[in-house]
Amino acid sequence: MTLPEGVERRPFDGEERLATRGPPVYGEPTDGEWRAWDVRRSKLGAMIDRGMETGLTAGASVLYLGAASGTTVSHVADVAGPTYAVEFAPRPVRDLLAAAADRSNLFPLVKDARSPETYAHVVETDLDLLVQDVATRDQARVAVENARFLAEDGRLAAAIKARSEDVTRDPEDVFAEALAGIEERYEVLDTQRLDPLHDDHLAVVARPK
Amino acid sequence: MTDDVGRGWFEHGDPTSRDQRRERIDAGSAERPEDWPTKAVAAGFATDRTDYYEKLHEATIDTAREIVREQELADDHQLIHAVRAMDDCERTANELAERLAEWAPTITGEDGTGIDYARVVAERDPETPAEERVVSLARQVVALADERDALREFVERRTQSVAPNLSALAGSILAAQLIALAGGLKPLARKPSGTVQVLGAEDALFAHLRGRATSPKHGIIYTHETVRTAPAGHRGSAARALAGKLSLAARVDHYSGERKPELDADLAERMERIHAREAER
Ligand SMILES: C[S@@+](CC[C@H](N)C(=O)[O-])C[C@H]1O[C@@H](n2cnc3c(N)ncnc32)[C@H](O)[C@@H]1O
Repeated sequence: MTLPEGVERRPFDGEERLATRGPPVYGEPTDGEWRAWDVRRSKLGAMIDRGMETGLTAGASVLYLGAASGTTVSHVADVAGPTYAVEFAPRPVRDLLAAAADRSNLFPLVKDARSPETYAHVVETDLDLLVQDVATRDQARVAVENARFLAEDGRLAAAIKARSEDVTRDPEDVFAEALAGIEERYEVLDTQRLDPLHDDHLAVVARPK
Repeated sequence: MTDDVGRGWFEHGDPTSRDQRRERIDAGSAERPEDWPTKAVAAGFATDRTDYYEKLHEATIDTAREIVREQELADDHQLIHAVRAMDDCERTANELAERLAEWAPTITGEDGTGIDYARVVAERDPETPAEERVVSLARQVVALADERDALREFVERRTQSVAPNLSALAGSILAAQLIALAGGLKPLARKPSGTVQVLGAEDALFAHLRGRATSPKHGIIYTHETVRTAPAGHRGSAARALAGKLSLAARVDHYSGERKPELDADLAERMERIHAREAER
């Protein structure tokens, strides 16, 4: 299985773990320039760990929705080129700012991912990768609305959280409905459940159609 | 907005104004994204793509930082109002409860004090016009006490998010009172620990400065367990140690906002040493 250039499996305390090169962000173990990518705290990390082709490649241009305090997007920026990080809650942005200050290709935006027009004057077009991890209702709609930023052969890597939509419903139903929503605008290439690393999460890789 | 079609974030009135740039990133919009780096270079905003991304980096960080700062300011201002309202409710409820404790027994024949007594009186079915007034007053006391409790809960929750480290060390309510006395988390973070030690003891401090009293050793932080339970001769050093840790926690909360459990452990250790010193004698 091939990892994206810039992501490697390296030993940390005797354990093989995913790692990228960059300044540490969340107290993760480091080894020289390398820092461990905690796949239990990162859905995209778990996807790559499972061998999914997420579309994260060296130098790729990326729009990341739901950046929170920057745990995952900091690893993305270690590998990728221009990386736009959207998060609408000001509180986690404080930590995101610290990660961005150390990374000249990471651009934090305090915006609502449901309103792409509020950042389309900042985020460029023809991106290689759209990561969606907002974990709220309307996850499929967010992915669809933001397709406008992707290049024709770009990729969507989305984490669908069953419990964000409706806690009483069967996760399978929620996933099926979210996939149908995504298929309005994308062709789905791969799906995988992320249990047990991330319970009740479906990972989706797709490309615009 | 149609007039924004094709205008990137870098296009605004005065290109040298940081305020305008922030405003443009924060409040601007476009129907669709474009190849902004190329457009910016063509427009002469940037010399090349590297220069463009450097400028974008600076501008997005600057804008996000300002939004976070404003949000936090709004959060701790809400907290300050709520702490003061909580104290007002408490004081007013107690004052009215005292009045009630003088008045109600003359009608009901039952003695009592405080809020608990007000709760008992509030349950009565009034039979005379005078009793009607007394029972109604008791209900006001109860309502104020309930409002105080609700405010307290709000303050606790809000303080834990505004100042997680300070809350862990001081307890949420004392943390909130310190923030309110200082006028916000930022001013608290900027005060030397000697000032934090006497916050809330301003009256005593002024008396001391006018030469009418000894130097006050502790302000509101005397309500903290480690100071209250310190041996009498060591309250001053306990208060000093606590104030030092609280200052540090307030600074961590203001400048980083991350929870640092090491701070609590440090304090526990120092307090143990102070208490142990007394035991050795
Ligand atoms: C599961 S967390 C993301 C964790 C992060 N991706 C990581 O792995 O480091 C989801 C985040 O999405 C944010 N979020 C939810 N709805 C959003 C929206 N409409 N626009 C922007 N951010 C949103 C939440 O505030 C939260 O921080």
